[in-house]
Amino acid sequence: MHELAITESILSIANQAAQENHGSKVTDIYLVIGQLSSIVDDSVQFYWDHISQGTVCEGAKLHFDRRLAILHCKSCDHQYPLGEILQPCPDCQSPDVFIESGEELLVHHIDILREEA
Amino acid sequence: MPQRVEIVKRIMDSNDRLARNNQAILDRNQVYGINLMASPGAGKTSVILETIKSLPADIKLGVIEGDTAPVTIDADKIVAAGIPAVQINTGGDCHLDANMIELALAELPLEELNLIIVENVGNLICPAAFQLGTHANVLIASIPEGDDKPYKYPNIYRGLDVLLINKIDLSPYIDFRMDYFQQGVEMLNPGLKTFALSAKTGEGFDAWIAWLTDKLTTK
Repeated sequence: MHELAITESILSIANQAAQENHGSKVTDIYLVIGQLSSIVDDSVQFYWDHISQGTVCEGAKLHFDRRLAILHCKSCDHQYPLGEILQPCPDCQSPDVFIESGEELLVHHIDILREEA
Repeated sequence: MPQRVEIVKRIMDSNDRLARNNQAILDRNQVYGINLMASPGAGKTSVILETIKSLPADIKLGVIEGDTAPVTIDADKIVAAGIPAVQINTGGDCHLDANMIELALAELPLEELNLIIVENVGNLICPAAFQLGTHANVLIASIPEGDDKPYKYPNIYRGLDVLLINKIDLSPYIDFRMDYFQQGVEMLNPGLKTFALSAKTGEGFDAWIAWLTDKLTTK
């Protein structure tokens, strides 16, 4: 349910970037969402359709670039995706691993139409 | 033709900025802050009450209670123990955020306190995303919840500074594989400071209280 707060933050970042770049309309928003950030796309989209109304972001399409969480085994250097459930290294069974990626939660870029155009 | 604007900004940036501001407020007042997270029923309020009982008498603490509904059951228990408590009603929201903490801090006598404990909303998913500006993120995992929680809720274990394993007095009655549980924790957060304790019997509180007391500044 924290998607509302996340979506509000996305809107505020996009509105601000549009304003700074003299955008009259935001057409697309590209998000990078790591698996470990526990964000449900549909839920963000649901809130987005409501809260973006009346802003330059109204009607903008949200793009979700979902990044899998990748684990890196310190014993044998094998890299493997987190999957549904956390597991030790499938190659050597060592639990001595670290999380290489999957915690991203970013507004990467937006596409805008400029006022002069 | 639409034009591309690079942003590459963390979505949690504005919350994290407020959180840093909260920490500055705490530091200015020499108050150590704890963000206490857990699933509902893990024993957050009980651990706080037992911590209050076990801390040296000269330590003054305040509590911020987060709840999704306007019920003051938890805050009432804290106040009954003679401790200043502020209740935050999130209005259904599943987590506390830095902005709510900023408002709550303004209602506590920070200049008199050594420690504040924030009791977050009972939830293993949402609170993990929101830094509050406290100095330590602490999770209570209780034995009856099962030994698979690090495997199913990895995110909350990632950002922890301390883990409290509560209700160890129930160990004889519950199939909780401590090795399996701790292996999951170790994979997500190597070397995490962990205390096994029971808020009911007080077992294991000495080590937790010693760790906590060491963090506090005397006034």
